[in-house]
Amino acid sequence: MQVKGHVFKYSDNVDTDVIIPARYLNTANAQDLAKHCMEDIDQNFASTVQPGDIIVAGWNFGCGSSREHAPLAIKTCGAGCVIAKSFARIFYRNAINIGMPILECEAAADAISAGDEVSIDFDAGVITDLTSGQTFTAQPFPPFIQNIIAKGGLLASLEG
Amino acid sequence: MGMTMTQKILAAHAGLDTVQPGQLISAKLDMVLGNDITTPVAVNEFNKAAFGKVFDPNRIAIVLDHFVPNKDIKAAEQSKQCRDFACSHCISHFYDVGRMGIEHALLPEQGVVTAGDCIIGADSHTCTYGALGAFSTGVGSTDMAAGMATGMAWFKVPSAIRIHLTGVLPRNCSGKDVILTLIGQIGVDGALYKSLEFTGSGVAGLSMDDRLCICNMAIEAGAKNGIFPVDETTKAYMNGRCERTPVIYEADADAEYEQTIEIDLAKIVPTVACPHLPSNTKPASALHDVKIDQVVIGSCTNGRMEDMEAAYRVLHGKTVAPGVRCIIIPATMDILRDCVARGYYTAFIDAGAIVSTPTCGPCLGGYMGILAAGECCISTTNRNFVGRMGHVDSKVYLASPATAAASALTGYITEEV
Repeated sequence: MQVKGHVFKYSDNVDTDVIIPARYLNTANAQDLAKHCMEDIDQNFASTVQPGDIIVAGWNFGCGSSREHAPLAIKTCGAGCVIAKSFARIFYRNAINIGMPILECEAAADAISAGDEVSIDFDAGVITDLTSGQTFTAQPFPPFIQNIIAKGGLLASLEG
Repeated sequence: MGMTMTQKILAAHAGLDTVQPGQLISAKLDMVLGNDITTPVAVNEFNKAAFGKVFDPNRIAIVLDHFVPNKDIKAAEQSKQCRDFACSHCISHFYDVGRMGIEHALLPEQGVVTAGDCIIGADSHTCTYGALGAFSTGVGSTDMAAGMATGMAWFKVPSAIRIHLTGVLPRNCSGKDVILTLIGQIGVDGALYKSLEFTGSGVAGLSMDDRLCICNMAIEAGAKNGIFPVDETTKAYMNGRCERTPVIYEADADAEYEQTIEIDLAKIVPTVACPHLPSNTKPASALHDVKIDQVVIGSCTNGRMEDMEAAYRVLHGKTVAPGVRCIIIPATMDILRDCVARGYYTAFIDAGAIVSTPTCGPCLGGYMGILAAGECCISTTNRNFVGRMGHVDSKVYLASPATAAASALTGYITEEV
């Protein structure tokens, strides 16, 4: 699987309250959530993100609440991947469970700039910044988690 | 190599003699929890996957607490979806308005969770039950759906940081000051993926409410769970309360910890986390020039009876400062009833505060105390992220109930003396 898009860049500790503020959690409708994605950190994100675009952030992305609405909102916006230096553990688990691609790569998170065009080859774990010409290799997932991703999420993996 | 408490509980629930940090296991669950925000997503996934029935209707807890009594039509629809699911699957631990409380205050109080349990909850503060000597961690809604269907969850066995406590807390400090001090020291990802294991002679002097508050905010350091050893205080709390027999696990003498952090409780001071991270801590005494518009005393972190006692100790016979809105939210119906019986309710109103029925409400900017642009709140809740309690340009300072109540009287951040 591959994605290609432009980069939205954020700093450390992007929390789930800014990814999808709790005032919108009175619905589980993914389309409604997507309209407000990243609203409290970047008012332009939801209206400008294009399918395949990539979020690049620092340490501890997705910290805070367990709301699965956060990766669901990002996925429904059409974002192709989140690359971060590290992920908070519940966000990491939720993203994998719902099939929202994420990658841990400190070097890429440092080097890639906002607006760069980036392509990702998930099978090889290779991130290419087409604007700067740099390539990076992400941390591979453990085989157990690769299986969940390959099956299309946790519930699909349980069905065997 | 010996195992930590967390590792022992996980090994037992995975049917293994030993586990190693980093090992992926599938563990049996004693309780699966959800609330009115996370359960609807889980129910949708549960129905989509056509699981049909839950693994055990007595091992699932659904608590309506975030937006109830329903704050708007959409919230009402979500509550109704939870209610219908609980009814059709005969969920015995379903808590609706009139019986509900904030989930992490309610489930220990009602004896639904106990020592030795392995628990997941679709709420990040599920780590609270580590205070009872259980392994308990927050997950998302899809994990909740899978847990409700199978009674199992996968875990990566965590390594541990030991927090070695000695000494006795000063009178104006509580569990909140301890956990804020720790988070200030190690940062919001200082325990990422790890367990925080509390040990030492200082444990004995901490009440159950202190321990529940400390474990509650383990997630604010990124931890998978926080856990206390089971001692006489825990046993006295669980006795006659827990519906299932507690199972007591102890860390091995040669358990491996990645790091040990020593905390002398006698040196703890009233501590406040400044905007916009729980790790941004300062002594309350350094913040006397911070003017506040609102005070919130409540939440799964600090809405328990000792928190109400601290608020009463500071507020009774006094008056909330002009221009300050003081909102007190007992976390469960039993706590609310006790506040009435002990005269706290009247004392709070006489002081100029308001008292709400149990709800998570303002903690996550849901309702019941939303902040306008430029406003500042001191709150006993657990997060002070941008926009957490309202407008993106509002500010939240996190503190203990005693510090929050003392601040309500002066209108500025103030510690109890």
